[in-house]
Amino acid sequence: MSAPLLQAMDLVKTYGHGEAATRVLRGLSLQLDKGEMAALLGPSGSGKSTLLTILGTLMQPTSGSYTMLGQDLVAASDGELTDFRNLHIGFVFQFHNLLPDFTALENVIFPTAVKEGRETVTARARGRDLLTRMGLADRIDFPSTNLSGGQKQRVAVARALMNRPELVLADEPTGNLDRESAMRVMELIAEINRDEGTTFLISTHDEKIAALCQRQIVVGDGVVTG
Amino acid sequence: MLYALKIATRYLTASKAQTALLVSGVAVGVFIFIFMSALIGGLAEFILSRTVGDISHITIEAEVADPAILIRPEAAREGHILAVTESSGIRTATLTNEETWGPLIQSVPGVVAVSPQITGAGFLTRGAQVAQVGVTGVEPGRESAILDLDGYMVDGSARLGSGLVVLGQSLADDLSLRLGQTVRLQSSAGVSTVLTLSGIFKTGNGMLDDSSLFVSLSTSRTLFALPQGVTRIEIKLSDLNAANATALRIRALTGLDAVPWTDGAEQLMEALDAQAQTGYFLKTFALITIVIGVASALLLSTYRRRPEIGIMRAMGAGRGFVIFVFVTQGAMIGLLGGLTGAALGYLALLPFPPRDAFESGTLPLDITQGSYGLAITLTVIGAILASILPARSAARVDPVTAIGQ
Repeated sequence: MSAPLLQAMDLVKTYGHGEAATRVLRGLSLQLDKGEMAALLGPSGSGKSTLLTILGTLMQPTSGSYTMLGQDLVAASDGELTDFRNLHIGFVFQFHNLLPDFTALENVIFPTAVKEGRETVTARARGRDLLTRMGLADRIDFPSTNLSGGQKQRVAVARALMNRPELVLADEPTGNLDRESAMRVMELIAEINRDEGTTFLISTHDEKIAALCQRQIVVGDGVVTG
Repeated sequence: MLYALKIATRYLTASKAQTALLVSGVAVGVFIFIFMSALIGGLAEFILSRTVGDISHITIEAEVADPAILIRPEAAREGHILAVTESSGIRTATLTNEETWGPLIQSVPGVVAVSPQITGAGFLTRGAQVAQVGVTGVEPGRESAILDLDGYMVDGSARLGSGLVVLGQSLADDLSLRLGQTVRLQSSAGVSTVLTLSGIFKTGNGMLDDSSLFVSLSTSRTLFALPQGVTRIEIKLSDLNAANATALRIRALTGLDAVPWTDGAEQLMEALDAQAQTGYFLKTFALITIVIGVASALLLSTYRRRPEIGIMRAMGAGRGFVIFVFVTQGAMIGLLGGLTGAALGYLALLPFPPRDAFESGTLPLDITQGSYGLAITLTVIGAILASILPARSAARVDPVTAIGQ
């Protein structure tokens, strides 16, 4: 049995105060093991995105505990969370969210360049490898704005993998793509998961995409229901 | 931080038109700063050269001798009179050892000319016409050491010699004198001599042109019955503003009472100070304009790039990194604008005459007083300060909200 990569216990997240307060997570608990590829399913407003945001250390829960790689991420400072995120967590967003004034390669190597303070030869080599693996060898130096939607999303996947993170969080990564592009992106994710043992947690509405994952986690009304 | 520099550069080059406008705005501010510096500095230079440029910057005068005692106390039977002295403007005391002081003073840094003189009053007579005059005896060869006699000559030569006199045009006109004609000069010491007019000058200074004349030092010795020493040593400096400090050095070096031109020129100094203050205000406003321009442009940029800042933060960029990116943009805008404005300012000032050739009726813009380095430095500092607020605002961007935009 694999060791747990992360453990979230009794997560509560409330937006707003007083009568306007909205409780999105209501004591959600979740454990992900190293090397897992899990789909996060649930209707809109069920708390999927909020959960991914908390697991990605971009937001703190109102209460509850969250540890990853043995580190208490609820008690950590903003600086510690920033460093942790850079080293151990990758993100793939629904709308790719590439930096528009940068090329495909520059986008991919961003997480490493930020960590090292410059674009190293090693980082550029890994960036090229990842883009080649994503089938974008001929788009390496293209401005990101000149890429198609599917290409942009593959660049986003490559960027998420750049620092060899233990966990990649993907929020509707195929939600904005056509079926063919969506399947291509998912194949790449599955390949990386298989070859490098990277843990993936993929939020999706698409049952077919979810079926490609080893585990399906269903969230409803702020808790894990299945 | 090389990477933050790259991102800052990329942001600036990504919006070329916006950056060009911003840099142009900063450059205009710097141009105004430099133009004002050159104008205020040039104006001060012009005023100083017109008022004190032709006078001695430091003067050493012989002590006035004790006045003659007319009634001695012992002669006053009633015992109420201490002494009765005769008031006289005639300077009979002399600076002896001038031969020693001269080279010593000349060796003081900043001293460009030393002119030992014998000065006094006299009457110039030609026929029935008589004029009261101030007489200055100077060493031949040093006629233009203090007052630029050579430059002001309208007829003849400034060169003095035995039996020669050079005087102002108004005085020459009053006495209907022409070059080569003779005139009698009687000094306040009662000595008379006949002199030949060898040169006529016109300085534009009424007092000099109406009632001053120059003779050789040896002639003035005879006229004022001073076989040795001088009554006055005039000193010219390379920098007018160094007069106080140099006077102190000369005092310490010689023990003589060296008086800088600033003594008794308080009103002029106040006027120059007021003018300089006006310049500081105008330059400060130019800098404030730069700061506001840079701050508002970067705030706008921060708002426009919120989603990108959110992505960077999500990818592991710390708040310090984001701050550095925006502050670097401010510094680069300041540097580019500063260099452009300084270059434009320098080019705009090039056609104006240099400081030693200022003419009445033209703007006295001194290209050497543009304060180029100061303008660039202050602009970069101002732009950096201006970028701190937008940078802090960018660093506070919530990645979740920003990415959701």
